[in-house]
Amino acid sequence: MASNDHQANVSVQDMIAKQKGKKGKKRIEKSIPVILFIIASISVLTTFGIVFTLIFETFEFFQRVPFFDFLLGTEWLPFSNNEPLFGILPLIAGTFKVTLIAVVVAVPFGLASAVYLSEYASDNMRRVIKPVLEVLAGVPTIVYGFFALTFVTPLLQQFIPELKIFNALSPGIVVGIMILPMIASLSEDAMSSVPNSIRDGALALGATKLEVAVKVVLPAALSGIMASIVLAVSRAIGETMIVSLAGGSTPRFDLDMTDSIQTMTAYIVQVSTGDAGYGTTIYYSIYSVGFTLFLFTLLMNLLAHVISKRFREEY
Amino acid sequence: MVQLKVNKQTASPLAPFKSNQESTENKIVYDTRQLNLWYGNHHALKNIDLAIKENEVTAIIGPSGCGKSTYIKTLNRMVELVPSVKTSGQIIYRDRNILDASYGVEELRTKVGMVFQKPNPFPKSIYDNIAYGPRIHGIKNKKILDGIVEQSLRGAAIWDEVKDRLNENAYSLSGGQQQRICIARALAIEPDVILMDEPTSALDPISTLKVEELVQELKQNYSIIIVTHNMQQAARISDRTAFFLNGEVVEYDKTDTIFSTPSDKRTEDYISGRFG
Amino acid sequence: MKYVDHASVVKRMGSRMIVNKIFKALFFLATLFALLALGLLFYRIFIQGIGYLSLDFFSNFGSRFPEKAGIKAALIGSLWMMAVVAPVSLILGVGSAIYLEEYAKKGKINDFIRMNISNLAGVPSVVFGLLGLTIFVRALALGNSILAAGFTMSLLILPVIIVSSQEAIRAVPKDLREASYGMGATKWQTIARVVLPSAIPGILTGGILALSRAIGETAPLVVIGIPVIIQFLPENLLSQFTAMPMQIFDWAKRPQEAFQSVAAAGIIVLMMFLLLMNSIAVFIRNKFQRRY
Repeated sequence: MASNDHQANVSVQDMIAKQKGKKGKKRIEKSIPVILFIIASISVLTTFGIVFTLIFETFEFFQRVPFFDFLLGTEWLPFSNNEPLFGILPLIAGTFKVTLIAVVVAVPFGLASAVYLSEYASDNMRRVIKPVLEVLAGVPTIVYGFFALTFVTPLLQQFIPELKIFNALSPGIVVGIMILPMIASLSEDAMSSVPNSIRDGALALGATKLEVAVKVVLPAALSGIMASIVLAVSRAIGETMIVSLAGGSTPRFDLDMTDSIQTMTAYIVQVSTGDAGYGTTIYYSIYSVGFTLFLFTLLMNLLAHVISKRFREEY
Repeated sequence: MVQLKVNKQTASPLAPFKSNQESTENKIVYDTRQLNLWYGNHHALKNIDLAIKENEVTAIIGPSGCGKSTYIKTLNRMVELVPSVKTSGQIIYRDRNILDASYGVEELRTKVGMVFQKPNPFPKSIYDNIAYGPRIHGIKNKKILDGIVEQSLRGAAIWDEVKDRLNENAYSLSGGQQQRICIARALAIEPDVILMDEPTSALDPISTLKVEELVQELKQNYSIIIVTHNMQQAARISDRTAFFLNGEVVEYDKTDTIFSTPSDKRTEDYISGRFG
Repeated sequence: MKYVDHASVVKRMGSRMIVNKIFKALFFLATLFALLALGLLFYRIFIQGIGYLSLDFFSNFGSRFPEKAGIKAALIGSLWMMAVVAPVSLILGVGSAIYLEEYAKKGKINDFIRMNISNLAGVPSVVFGLLGLTIFVRALALGNSILAAGFTMSLLILPVIIVSSQEAIRAVPKDLREASYGMGATKWQTIARVVLPSAIPGILTGGILALSRAIGETAPLVVIGIPVIIQFLPENLLSQFTAMPMQIFDWAKRPQEAFQSVAAAGIIVLMMFLLLMNSIAVFIRNKFQRRY
């Protein structure tokens, strides 16, 4: 065994003691948390930035358009030459139609996938399907929009001849496909976190897997599933490119799914790609629409937060 | 659990491992006075009085949850990593109370090295692991670092096994080797005291033996405080043993005495395997 | 007295098993729907766009004539934008994550920051566009430049990067930190020399995935007013530019049938780009997966 020969050298402790005189280390230790706190507060500043921007410009908008005309008006005709009308309801109707169709598509398929993945699928199957869902979630929305416009709409027209080129149905279905992975993976997380002991209890009594899934797992994971649906709805409301490409730009206050529509997001895009000058009423109107959109999604996100908070308390 | 019936016959064969300088009393390195510690409302250490001697191996034994790990982590104030820890009392180390707020933890830990339960080398090369301590304390000279690395690895009796692979990741070593790398890493800043928190609990018997032999070697230059779950280990390697129970020191004495003629009934029950 | 009639239970068991089988098949088919949609999407776009995918497509600028239209300006523009987004979003995201995981004490301010990040992640991208238009394009007078777009995109993906970096930092075992503190290292030394090097594969994986989202995003660019007909390459960060999704959006909107195919070709390039980035992310994840 080696002998300890550190008496021969200069002691390491002495060398360390010499370094101690330097002040830099202490200053770094003190300043780093401050710098990091400033960086971390940028996310908060972003939120404030969004809220104040929207409020400020929307306020400007309401100097020109009466608040109740905006809130209750059933006609959105901003580009009209003689008398522009800014009633938000047709845009909300457009967003509502697309969201409704998306939910009708995404919830059954998403939940069925979640049940399959969490209750039935083998590990190998899961290893194949989950990455596919991830890829599906990572496809840019512009690609989905193109798909809706050039494939889904012509396909649907073969079954529904009266379907217009721009309509609510096709983008609705594609938005549904877009939010499907979100519902599937978040719901699967919720179901997988149901303790196995609960499942085993039911299985030991002779229940089939389906009965366990429907009567035991689904109720136990219900709030997690609800939260995933609410979050997906929020995404559908805010989705922009699919509806811009395939939905059209005709704001209508009705429930017709086959005709051209306009959503809140698509209106913002329409104005942005046009040449509405800075400071015009139309310019400010995109902020008022953006603010409305923001409130809708914020509400959904808070709702999802409340639901999933209850979920966490259950176990 | 190994049943160990301890009496004078079984205790004495272990004696050759120990230094024969017990007649000359060593200086006190750590003097703990009326130490109390709370995790929130849980009173984890109660009125601890313990004087730990220089150049000795002091073993701390006791059942799980008795506070022995908490105590050793208080000696280099690692216990402060747990939020909501409160202490009272004093721990005098080299004439200064380390529990005093003015005592810098970094300075303390530079003098008091620690080896942990599970080998925890950094996911870096063997060389970088050993050089970590000197580097964070500002030693950058490559030649000096080379010297420190070799000396520390020799000190931890692992130089011959790793000298040709210093640039390999420390995770390529076996668990026992990793633990000796961790000891070498602690030696690299030439600490005064080495704290060992159940250093062999994750190791196989042969690696354990190597670490135990190493502890015996290191005692000549360092004061060593070792927490162990294994009473035979305490009997084999330590000069003094403290028995902790429910956050109190039940008995603290020469290891021979503790294992042959314990004065407290609870100590006797524990070392004879009646609980723990 | 028997409460359970075993004979009838057994009799009913058969039909229950069949129902179980049927539903298993239904659930599986529903899962296949997602796979089918993805396959169809890729197949369609590939068939439609492959004809326009030539070397000229990469070396031509945008054009009124479909056969002359190319993606050069958009591809280079996207790269320029990435050169802003990658450092800005990573510095902000990783910095915030370190603060939240290592320094933040539990309390109202930090709960607020966490809550804020999760809400920010739910804000539609088009609204980020409005923020960018007001703050970066107008208030800071950056115009519709690479810098304005890059900052906007950085803020958009910030929540994603923060959350994934937090997870990567949290996954660094406690023993490594203890070992470092035990040597007398300060908090920042421990973070910089032990925690971050161990967390970096996870941070990079999450970061690259977030960046690939920024590359594919269209709506904020539209709102900021990024032009599409650009016949030059950017010279500096304040240059005007266009980006791949913008270019695709423009092509897809045009009435001529041929431009649909050009758009499809553009999508193939975009998807290849994303595939490349995702492969890098997966590679990093697999290569550096550590057994602690």
